Amino acid sequence: MSVHATTQSFKANATRAMADGQLTGNLKAVRQNFIDKRAKAVQYLPEFEALREIGKEIKNHTLAHLDLYIEAYAAKVEESGGHVHFAVDAAEARAIALEICQKAGAKTVTKGKSMITEEVGLNAHFSANGITPIETDLGEYIIQLRGEAPSHIIAPAVHLNKGQIEADFRRVHTHLDPARNLDEKTALLTEARGVLRERFLAADVGITGANFLVAETGTSIIVTNEGNGDLTQILPKVHIVMASIEKLVPTLEDVSQILRLLARSATGQEMSVYTTLSTGPKRASDADGPEDYHVILLDNGRSSMLGGEFQDMLRCIRCAACMNHCPVYHQIGGHAYGWIYPGPMGSVLTPSLIGVDEAGHLPNASTFCGRCESVCPMKIPLPNMMRHWREREFERNLNPALARYGLGFWAFFAKNPRLYGLATRAAMKGLALLSRGRGRFSSLPGLGAWTKGRDFAAPEGETFQAAWKKRASQNGGRA
Amino acid sequence: MTSSRATILASIRRSLGVSGDERMRIAAVEERIERAPKGLIPARGQRDAAGKLALFIEKAEGVQASVISLADASAVPEAVATYLRENNLPAAIRMGEDTRLKTLPWDKTTLAVSHGRSLGLDLAAISHAEAGVAETGTLVLFSGAENPTTLNFLPDHHLVVLNAADITGDLESVWPRLRKMYGKGGMPRTVNCITGPSRSGDIEQTILLGAHGPRSLHILIIEG
Repeated sequence: MSVHATTQSFKANATRAMADGQLTGNLKAVRQNFIDKRAKAVQYLPEFEALREIGKEIKNHTLAHLDLYIEAYAAKVEESGGHVHFAVDAAEARAIALEICQKAGAKTVTKGKSMITEEVGLNAHFSANGITPIETDLGEYIIQLRGEAPSHIIAPAVHLNKGQIEADFRRVHTHLDPARNLDEKTALLTEARGVLRERFLAADVGITGANFLVAETGTSIIVTNEGNGDLTQILPKVHIVMASIEKLVPTLEDVSQILRLLARSATGQEMSVYTTLSTGPKRASDADGPEDYHVILLDNGRSSMLGGEFQDMLRCIRCAACMNHCPVYHQIGGHAYGWIYPGPMGSVLTPSLIGVDEAGHLPNASTFCGRCESVCPMKIPLPNMMRHWREREFERNLNPALARYGLGFWAFFAKNPRLYGLATRAAMKGLALLSRGRGRFSSLPGLGAWTKGRDFAAPEGETFQAAWKKRASQNGGRA
Repeated sequence: MTSSRATILASIRRSLGVSGDERMRIAAVEERIERAPKGLIPARGQRDAAGKLALFIEKAEGVQASVISLADASAVPEAVATYLRENNLPAAIRMGEDTRLKTLPWDKTTLAVSHGRSLGLDLAAISHAEAGVAETGTLVLFSGAENPTTLNFLPDHHLVVLNAADITGDLESVWPRLRKMYGKGGMPRTVNCITGPSRSGDIEQTILLGAHGPRSLHILIIEG
């Protein structure tokens, strides 16, 4: 494993998060901003639904031929003067990146926003080896100052408010006038721009991730709004791209199709500000750009997901729509999930990458409401895959004893329909009486932990089976 | 020792249940790359030249770029001088070696014109776009001595000249033009698709302009 995971204490993490009033207040921005903006952008493109199907087909085709597309891509990178390195796991990816930086005599390394470098724990490895990594995306910069991990895959500092960011800037930017006015958000942005501009110009190596790798041309593509990824890759002598193997797409046309889905699903933009296609090092005729171009292609468990029940997860383009629409994420934020990838996509991907023993709790963090799948631009059946993980967790006896007893208890009644009907009818009546018509319980004996964060709905009518029977008899036998 | 490349490819093939030698699979990949099917192109950008121009302007302004239309390229230097004056900027502009820009009548203005990449000291630079995409108001620029990439990102104000004739309906239509210039599978070092000025939403999800790239993007469209 690469980065220390706290996935095993997911339940405790979530409880702590829900009790953190500042955090839950800050998280309201996720609900308020992302959902509406995406809905508007989607509404404005009548072809959006058809494009989802096409995006899914492009990725399915690529994954089914992934070995061949990787070979074609690597050949084109070499042809354009770049180098491709293959990394089986996180340790190998870190070692390759470090060696390239050491050969370049690097002291400081600027970084564009990259979840893959988070996944392999690159910053800690660099720091331990005397190289200073500098995150340049504003959100990543803020959390680096705080020594935190991103809490969201496209808005890493979404768990923080302006006051917290201002405090961090005052704590770290001690070379600036302590009496400066940072009341406005633009003042914070301007300060970060100034501080980081010097870092961009001084960096020896720039590292970015990639949203896409194009087999046709040997091109890596980053999609950003700030321009930090571009300054990261055009100013230093060396540009390193670290990307996982499922980023491959066949052609420039295929990327263009998926780009229509990406920005809309992520931020509700039609296009992000900067979509940048990079191919090899600078040419002889270029006035700027890196002299060396390296791509580190990371597997880290992904090749084993192919051909199995989790292959569809490899279609993910990291837009974050699933977490933006997830009622669980809204309540607990990203850190509670305990590893790099939060929300529904993380609940599926994390057990695949670090093991179900380690991350078996995450697939339980879902009500199966289905919103994630309904907004996923790549139509990934997220709830279904979480169900697969739950089955595996149960098969491997990883659930807590109480949950297993509970399921056994339920199964006993479910296998005896008469007994089931009798018991549920009695329970309905009992609960309805107890709720005294309020429709909900704000606390229940023995369920205190559960009702602390939400109400328990009280039954107000009949059981489903009774209602169904009644309906069938009214319709002359048909339900 | 097996290389990591061999290990990863073998693992992919084992999972997919293939050897990598299947002629059908190889043919499918070669055909896809060669033919590069366009997919589904939204109706929005599929208009006549005047319609594309109007849509491009609407979309670019919608993402906070400013746009000015000029009848002829010879009007560019004066328009640049006016822009710099109105924004209280020094009368200086940096550009690459693009003859479409260099040969314009800059001597009719009092602007100090310098050439080459940006080292981070220029407040304003001008580039020539290779294409514009009407569907999203996107500029497409190719790296090279003609239009160095640093000019697109380091100055506070980025001015970009775009020929109206180079406005396409969609991004897909840019790629055949690029292949004509660089050959099939060939690319310049950097292709920048730029849609509005730099911005960030990382502080409480409020969109603020001018994060790390240009604070302003000014597009000069040559209609003639």
